[in-house]
Amino acid sequence: MTSGEKGKNKFLVYFEDRFKWSKIAELARKKTVPRHSLSYWQYFGGLCLFLFIIQVITGGLLLLHYVPSIDRAHESIQFIMGQVRFGWLIRSVHSWSANILIGAIFVHMFSTFLLRAYRPPREITWVTGSFLLFIFLAFGFSGYLLPWNELSFFATRVGTDLLGQIPLIGGSLKTFVLGGREISGATLSRFYWFHVALLPLAALFFLGIHLYLIQIHGISLPLGLKQERVKEVPFFPDFFLSESVLWLTVLAIIGLLCVFFPWETGEKADPFSPTPAGIRPEWYFTFLFTTLKLVPGHILGIEGEKLALLFILVACLFWTLVPYWDKKGQKGQKSPLITVIGLAVIIYILVFTLITYLYPGYKK
Amino acid sequence: MERRKFIDLFLIGSGLGTFISLLYPVFRYLMPTPRKEESVSQVVAAKIGDLAPNSAKLFRFGAEPALLIFTEEGNYLAYSAICTHLTCTVGYDSSTETLLCPCHNGRFNLNGEVISGPPPRPLTRLNLQIRGEEIVVWRERG
Repeated sequence: MTSGEKGKNKFLVYFEDRFKWSKIAELARKKTVPRHSLSYWQYFGGLCLFLFIIQVITGGLLLLHYVPSIDRAHESIQFIMGQVRFGWLIRSVHSWSANILIGAIFVHMFSTFLLRAYRPPREITWVTGSFLLFIFLAFGFSGYLLPWNELSFFATRVGTDLLGQIPLIGGSLKTFVLGGREISGATLSRFYWFHVALLPLAALFFLGIHLYLIQIHGISLPLGLKQERVKEVPFFPDFFLSESVLWLTVLAIIGLLCVFFPWETGEKADPFSPTPAGIRPEWYFTFLFTTLKLVPGHILGIEGEKLALLFILVACLFWTLVPYWDKKGQKGQKSPLITVIGLAVIIYILVFTLITYLYPGYKK
Repeated sequence: MERRKFIDLFLIGSGLGTFISLLYPVFRYLMPTPRKEESVSQVVAAKIGDLAPNSAKLFRFGAEPALLIFTEEGNYLAYSAICTHLTCTVGYDSSTETLLCPCHNGRFNLNGEVISGPPPRPLTRLNLQIRGEEIVVWRERG
């Protein structure tokens, strides 16, 4: 052994005695994940986690220059984009990765749904995952207003107005979210608070439970595959390295998007100017936006928008509780109805999203 | 070199390279950014007639305070108003025609030189020029 190696070993032994990290390494080596023809879907959960970490880091950095007041918010974003060194990169990474994160969550959710990975004992893993989807949608909605530009201002007005349409609690909910009856400085402060304090805490709470349950129960096998016939590969280094390739590829794509399409700042919002043409929410809300646009004014004497919103809320509840009503799934049997529902929802989201972009001026 | 060792080195090197290239923009982002108003090259301190003889006025020179003095003899003088002792803001004492730092009683004459108290250096003098009705002040570069 050379003197250099001796020194290195001493160094490692010192930290090993204190941190006992060989136990963690041992655990990672013992932990295995199944590998089969559909196992590439497993990587999307890890991708969501990776993108969430990017969100936390870049979001934390943006706090350094962002000022949550209606007089300064837009100017501070312009300052970040135009004057702070690499500010354009940090903000663009934050915005692009947020959008890709929502997309990755959708892919992760639908693959989990279609593979029936929510089967017992993983019901709560699914339910916490659904909560995380709603939390990240709320992240997107609250973050959209923060640059205080024209588009986000009016999209927020429409979005919060929809909240107000929810039967019984809508009015109070809207007032709570807005911090008053109209969008104002109080709304911006509230959205900022949701975005950097409340939602991160909620996300960490549910993410903690979600990850803990995945560690306890392991990764689910698709229906019809027998545990003893499936090849298991070590989590570290096999699975970890494959996952790293996906992470680095996505990071490279984000980098390219930021360089060629830096996130726009837009025009500063003026609450007293007329609503500009072509306002729409972020892409992941557009299917709901278009649905509400196409719903007739009145259905069976009830306001169409209210009825559609109620239907969407009930559908979300059913979606979240699928592990409890998919009786065939609970018994480990194939259920074509679930496949049909899953595919129908995917087609509905895709078609209505496309309509928003292809026919922006379409009205019922 | 063994193939395994080469691959190990290649992976560690690539990992380090990636890490540094990610860290560099973050490091640069965290460094303070000079704001436009902080890096002014010249400002209009006052207009002719704004000041009575033997009086002075504080004005913003970028992010720092500066002092424009109109002497009894009718000359204009401009100094950075930051005391060279512990960066308090100095004011003009018309009774003694000196500049006084009230924090530790540092006193400067109209040439900016220390005449009493703890300041270690004279005040930073600013250049000025009368352009029409305006008194324009700037700092000597370097």
